[in-house]
Formats: sequence, structure tokens, C-alpha cells
Amino acid sequence: MKDELDNREERVANLKGMGCSRKRVEDARFTQGKGNYVDDIKLDGMLFGDFVRSPYAHARIKSINTEAALQVPGVLAVLTAADLAPLGLHWMPTLAGDKQMVLADGKVLFQGQEVAFVVAEDRYAAADGIEAVEVEYEELPVIVNPFESLKSDVVLREDLDPKAPGAHGPRKHHNHIFTWEAGDKETTQEVISNAEVVAEESMYYHRTHPCPLETCGCVASMDKVNGKLTLWGTFQAPHAIRTVVSLISGIEEHNIRVISPDIGGGFGNKVGAYPGYVCSVVASIVTGKPVKWIEDRMDNLMTTAFARDYHMTGKISATKEGKITGLHCQVVADHGGFDACADPTKFPAGFMNICTGSYDIPTAYLEVDGVYTNKAPGGVSYRCSFRVTEAVYFIERMIEVLAIKLNMDAAELRRINFIKKEQFPYKAALGWEYDSGDYHTAWDKALKTVDYEGLRKEQAERVEAFKRGETRKIMGIGLSFFTEIVGAGPVKNCDILGLGMFDSCEIRIHPTGSAIARLGTISQGQGHATTFAQILASEIGLPADSITIEEGDTDTAPYGLGTYGSRSTPVAGAATAMAGRKIRAKAQMIAAYLLEVHDNDVEFDVDRFVVKGAPERFKTMKEIAFAAYNQAIPGLEPGLEAVSYYDPPNMTYPFGAYVCVMDIDVDTGVPEIRRFYALDDCGTRINPMIIEGQVHGGLTEALAVALGQEIAYDDMGNVKTGTLMDFFLPTAWEVPNYETDFTVTPSPHHPIGAKGVGESPHVGGVPCFSNAVQDAFRPFGNTHTNMPHDHWRIWRTANELGLHS
Amino acid sequence: MSKKMHIQINVNGKDQEFLAEPRELLIYTLRERLNITGPHIGCETSHCGACTVTIDGKSVKACTMFVAQASGKSITTIEGLGDPDNLHPLQSAFKEHHGLQCGYCTPGMITRASKLLEENPNPTEEEIRFGMAGNICRCTGYQNIVKSIQAAAAEMNAAQEAAE
Repeated sequence: MKDELDNREERVANLKGMGCSRKRVEDARFTQGKGNYVDDIKLDGMLFGDFVRSPYAHARIKSINTEAALQVPGVLAVLTAADLAPLGLHWMPTLAGDKQMVLADGKVLFQGQEVAFVVAEDRYAAADGIEAVEVEYEELPVIVNPFESLKSDVVLREDLDPKAPGAHGPRKHHNHIFTWEAGDKETTQEVISNAEVVAEESMYYHRTHPCPLETCGCVASMDKVNGKLTLWGTFQAPHAIRTVVSLISGIEEHNIRVISPDIGGGFGNKVGAYPGYVCSVVASIVTGKPVKWIEDRMDNLMTTAFARDYHMTGKISATKEGKITGLHCQVVADHGGFDACADPTKFPAGFMNICTGSYDIPTAYLEVDGVYTNKAPGGVSYRCSFRVTEAVYFIERMIEVLAIKLNMDAAELRRINFIKKEQFPYKAALGWEYDSGDYHTAWDKALKTVDYEGLRKEQAERVEAFKRGETRKIMGIGLSFFTEIVGAGPVKNCDILGLGMFDSCEIRIHPTGSAIARLGTISQGQGHATTFAQILASEIGLPADSITIEEGDTDTAPYGLGTYGSRSTPVAGAATAMAGRKIRAKAQMIAAYLLEVHDNDVEFDVDRFVVKGAPERFKTMKEIAFAAYNQAIPGLEPGLEAVSYYDPPNMTYPFGAYVCVMDIDVDTGVPEIRRFYALDDCGTRINPMIIEGQVHGGLTEALAVALGQEIAYDDMGNVKTGTLMDFFLPTAWEVPNYETDFTVTPSPHHPIGAKGVGESPHVGGVPCFSNAVQDAFRPFGNTHTNMPHDHWRIWRTANELGLHS
Repeated sequence: MSKKMHIQINVNGKDQEFLAEPRELLIYTLRERLNITGPHIGCETSHCGACTVTIDGKSVKACTMFVAQASGKSITTIEGLGDPDNLHPLQSAFKEHHGLQCGYCTPGMITRASKLLEENPNPTEEEIRFGMAGNICRCTGYQNIVKSIQAAAAEMNAAQEAAE
């Protein structure tokens, strides 16, 4: 074959490998309305299922009468717990070692809980059927506050033995779930009580929701002839879902095919297993027809996968000069009616023990108590790796509070406490080993770019102008420096339901030099089909445009734990590189055979193997691919394929430095984001365009959470934010333009040095927006106010600080 | 069940005639009856814009309009804006400028943007942000959506000038 590209640079560019802003291959179908989302799936005779939901947050169910509903035209079946009980499917295990009712078994524990499942010919008939189901409830006392719950005589979970330990150790009270500790309690308390300076603060990280634009849903199709169940759904972890379905249904795993089609955003909402999945499967078995279940937006916000809801109390100690000596963090975690948090098994509070952040804190202690209340279950990582957002918010607020106590500049306080470059790998007080970082360089670059000193001067002048009555707008400078912990994770300490959190890639090279690679992950907008092909292009020397990436079909893809917690690039990306290297190793042998030299006498060069010292003698990867299928090479099997299951040796630790400049109108409470600068270090950069897009999106979700987005309940357990009328999703009008920047500190243990980036901007962005609001009020005596900083709460802060008088 | 109504609509240039219950929503007609699945359902309360279509020259959220209200009208969805060999400039621009991620909002977003550019071929960034505020995207943070619309506008204007 003729070598068409002589120039090496041209050959590199032709690959569209790592480091280039390759346009996305996914976009052709999405821009033309040809995406294939779960609700687009239509099968012959498909039925539609929907739930009767509880209007009460806590009630006993006296009776359920389905007779009238069954008379409604188009309604085929109504399932209740009584129907599921003989199959043992009225309850299901949660990812957190608890169990959850699939359909209300005697009582309900939160508003919107699934009570009965109506199966009908279409959505309208299902809605009519729901109206006709008669449920008699007896109201019970409602508890929506976890502190009250721990004191209450009311037993929320009557199914649990109050004295028996839970999945994570002893329980202190009938509404208590677990206590989880990390660090050295005694030394930390001693350090803090003897410290020169101690700052204390209590903060509530409110409950919110990932709210992807596409809600959760599935289509279950039981083929009774072949005994095969196919389940399409919005699953962020299709393989784990297959295993869960097998374990709870008894259907052998090889007879279950789970398919995640295109997914309209996940952000953690689509990690868990929900009653809708179980009911659809049962309904398909009962009716012998495919059954679709799709949440509406209210169902979604009220029932599947809340995030956060952490009451955090901190103490931080330091020398008079500001060197931090100790950190104490106590959390009361509201988990709702069932503990359905999506965390690795050994981490019931996720990676909250990364709460020492980016700082060299010698002593620390963390204690988290999980509590049942009459709120929806969930506790997922909303665009974050297992509670890292809570941890980073906590430490970045504590730093600010300490700066106030020390009367010190918060940027300088950060700088003198950062873990130094030479300290990596750094063993943190709460157990993690940070792989790599260069925080000072990133911080200095950020502060210099935004002219931090100039901003502080401007802010001081603004305060004076405000006091003179010349303006009604005050100015805040939000700072945050975050360290993420992503890429879960090493099988030795990370599993979900006993499944190790490795990931996988399988590659097949076709004879004419194109390829297909399948992974255990699943894209929900991250652009895997684009970026994983880029990793492979660089590793195996075939153009990314000639490589198809496929995910989400458990019948064809290798087993993997899915996409959440920024784990795709750190884990499946590593598997992709490793599988690519296996391909390359075999290709080297084929090349050497074709060139009639020893294996060690050829070396890889972009898209070919060349004879060392004789670059004019080479075989391109395309030629080698063909040879793999047409030559009988002694000692080698035909074909060119590889599989890699990658168990990461450590997590990866992306970091970043963010600055937000905000003006706040004290009379309206409206914040105006004047500038937002985001520097991210995600290690090796695979596709700068996609990284930038991820940063924009993550920052916007951070803006939402910090400035208004919440799932709020009243005292009766009614959800007050159940539609997009009340639940804040920013529009183009509220969102600023972001300035993005980067440094590159590769991960030393990752095959290509990549760390993951999708969640960093959310993790770092929330404290940055919040700190901007709080910083604006700092000159007027503010230490801390809780999020979300919506207009009313900002106005209230201004009012409480006397700025309206 | 209520008496069915006789509906006549034109969708993407094709006449459609059928009987439907008065309560049938337009988005249901498009997606379930006509298999036009470009427009999506995101909220069912007119907030998110994933279901945006164009009806007789106006952007409309199909999730809160009865098909009976659309009877006699012409409807354009994302499927009617361009085809693989002849993409609408917005469809190319969204790809070129990374104006989408999960793709769920994209059909509504592009359909709305096409109307916006018809009404205002030279929008400022502020006008784009205001004009697109009825369409929510959870992935992109809008920055690249704005950029995509600006690029499409420039391209459409250049093509217009060249034609004149």
C-alpha cells in the first residue's frame, strides 16, 4: 500500500488523536432529531405503565381498591405490593445496603412514593386508570428534620429491628442509619482545644436534584418464547443494572439484555435502580407485552435521586499566622425514607473524607450520621464524585470563615496552606493519597489573570461608595480552590453491591484498517464516541474517524461499572489505552515479520512501525491490520483484537482555581456575575473543545445550586419545588460567559495521565459562586449564610445586616 | 371517553388527517401518532422548550397545546428543517461550535433558533440570550449555543448577500 502522507505532522493531524478539538461524531444525529432516547423506542403491542403515588409523606395504607381502575377502557392491569409479594419483589435492595419498597407495603414514607402501578394501552388510559384507583390512607406524624428525627418516638422504618445493626454498623436510634468516621478524633480535638485560633461554623448544604432534561424511564420486554428479557433504559450503569435485575428477579444474567440507548443527561440521577424498572419488568412478564415507563417531571423531582442534604458543622484551627493545624467536621445526613445513596459500599458518606481539600492539614476528624426522614430517598452524586461537592463546599467555606477570624486575605490564607508540589504523592489526614498536583502555580496564574489585587482595591472603593450612598450595588469576589477525587475506583476498596469498580474496553481491528471498540461505560452527553476514539487513535495509529465506539449494550460490551463520578476517562479511558497497547504489541510482531527483522528492531511512529534507524522501511497500521487477517504468521494467531479490564491503582485528583466577580443589588437581591474565571487541571487533555464544554456546563449547574436550585419541603412533607416553575434551572438569560484556562499536571499512575473533568466545574463552582455572595457581605459583618442564595435570601441577608436602613 | 375530533394538520410539508380525542396533546400526536420523535418531552409545563416546534411562523411548545388547537395549521419540527444532504446552517453550526452535549434539548433549541433568526437575522448576544430563554439546556451552559447561533446567523447573512 502506498504511504500517502509523508509529513509526520500531517500524519499526526490525520489521526485526530489526543489533544485535538475533534468535532463530535454524535452530533449529526442529535442535530437532525435522530437521537434514539428511551422514550423514542416503540415496540409492537407496547403498553404504558405509570404510578399511583402517595399524596402523603407519612401514612398507613388502610386499603387499595383497584376494581374501578380495571374497568377503565384501555387499562390491563394494576399492580400493588400484594401482587409483587409472592414474587418477593415488593421490596428491592438499595445500592447503600438498605432496602426500599417497590410498591407501598403497608405504609408510605415520603410524598410521591409509588403505591400502585397501572398498566394500560397508552399514557392517557394509564392516567385515567390512576385516577380510578382508590387508596385509603391514615396519616401519621411527619418528620422532615433529621435532628428531630433522631429525638422522635415516631418509628419511620417499622420493617427494621431498631436494635440490630444496619449495613454500616450499629444504629443509635430507630431513625438512625449509620455513623461513619474517618481520622483521629482525640488528637484533632486536642489540637483544636489548644490552638491559637479556632473558627467554627454550621452550614446546611440544601437538598437539590440533578434534573437532567430527559427524565428516567425504561422499556421492559419479556420474550416468553425464548425466556429472554430485554430492558432498555436511562441507565448510567447498564451492566450493574443487569446484575441487579438478575439478582432480584431470579432470571439468569445471560437471559437479560440491558441496553442504554442515547441518554438525555444523567448527572447522577440515572445511577440508581428505581421501582419503575422493577414494575415494568413484572408488568411485561404478567402481560406478555413490552411495557414502557417514563417519569414525568414531577415524578422525577419528587421521587428519583435527590442530592446533598448535609447539615455540616466545622471547626478549623490555626496559628496566628494562619497555618492550619486541625479540622473537625460533623455531618448529619438526611437520607429520606430509605437509604438509597449511590456510593461505593465501604463509603456510606461517599468521599466526604476528602474534606481537608487542597490544604496540608496535619490532623483531621470526620463523623457522618445518616438519618431517616419522611423525604424521598436518593443521595446521589449530582455532577460530582460521591459527596465531593459537599466536602469541597465545606472546606472552602471553612477557609473563608477562618480568614475572617484571622482578619486575613482568603487568597493568601489558601496559598500558605496549599499542599506543596514536592509533597505529592500526598497522604492526607483522612486517608487518601493525592496522586499529583501543582496548586501554587494554578493559584498564582488565576489570581494574576483576574488582577486579584486590583479587584480587592475596587471592592474596597465600592464599599466606601456604598457607605457614602453613591451606589446600591456591592461587590463580591468569590474564590475557590478545589481538589476532586474521581475515577472510582481501585477494586480493593471500591465496589457497588460487591461488584469491583474496574472498567473495560474491547477492541476489534477490521482487515481494512478500521476498528470498533466497546466499553463498559455509557455516555450521557460527554461525547465518549468522540474522545475514546481519540485515545485509541493515538495509541494504535488508526484515524479516530475510522474507529467506532459503542457502549451501553450488555450483550456486546464488556462488563463495566458505568459512567458517573467522573470515572469514564480515569477508568475506562485507561482500559482503552491498555487494550490499545495490547493491539500495538501484536502489531509490532506482525510488522517485524513483514519487514523481516526482529521484533525489537521496529518501533512505533504515529501510524506505523518503522525499522529502527531506517525510517524508509515501515509498515503502516493499516497494512498490519490487513496482514493480521491474510498472512499465516508463525507463532501468531490470526486477527487483531484485545480486551482490557482496568483496575485503577489509585483515584485521580483533578484540581482547579476559580474566581467569580459579582455585583449584588442590595435592594432587589439580584446578583450579577460580572466575570467568572475557571482554571482546571485535569491532567492530560484529550479534547480541549469537549473539556471546555464540560466546564461551561458544570459551572452552570453550580450556578444553579448556589443561587437558587433546591428541593424544599414544608412541615407536612409536601414537596414545594416539584415543577420547573419552582425548581430553578438557569436559562441563557441568567448565565454569564465563562473564561476557561488550564494547567496540565498528568496523573502519574494513569496510562495516559488523564484525570477526568466533567464534574470538577460543579464541585469547584458551587463554593465559588457562594463565596462571591458571602464575600460581598463580608465588609458589612457577614460570616456565613446558607445556600441557595436566591434573590429573596440575598435581600434578607442585606436586610439583616442593616443595608436597607 | 369524549367524542373524537376530526383533525387536519400539515407536518413538515405533509398533510395528516385523523380522529383524535380533544385532550390529545400535540407533542403526543407528533411523537406517538406520527413517529416524529425529534421534539422531546422535558417538563410538560412549557418551561423547558425541548418540545419546541414552529406553527404558522411562531415558536410553540408542543407539550401544552392540544392537537385540536393546531388543526388546519402547518407545523415544522427539527425533521423539517434540513436533511442529511442539505443541513440547515444551524445544524452545522451547533456541531461546529459544540453547541450540544446530550442532544436532548437540541431539536427544540435549533427549531427555536431558526425562528429567532427569521425574526431577527442579526441578533446581538443579548438578543440571542433573551430570545432563547424559553429553551433550557442542562449540559452546555449556553455559551456555545450562543456562539453556534451567531455563527449560523453570519453564515446565513453571507449566503443571503451572495444571492443578492
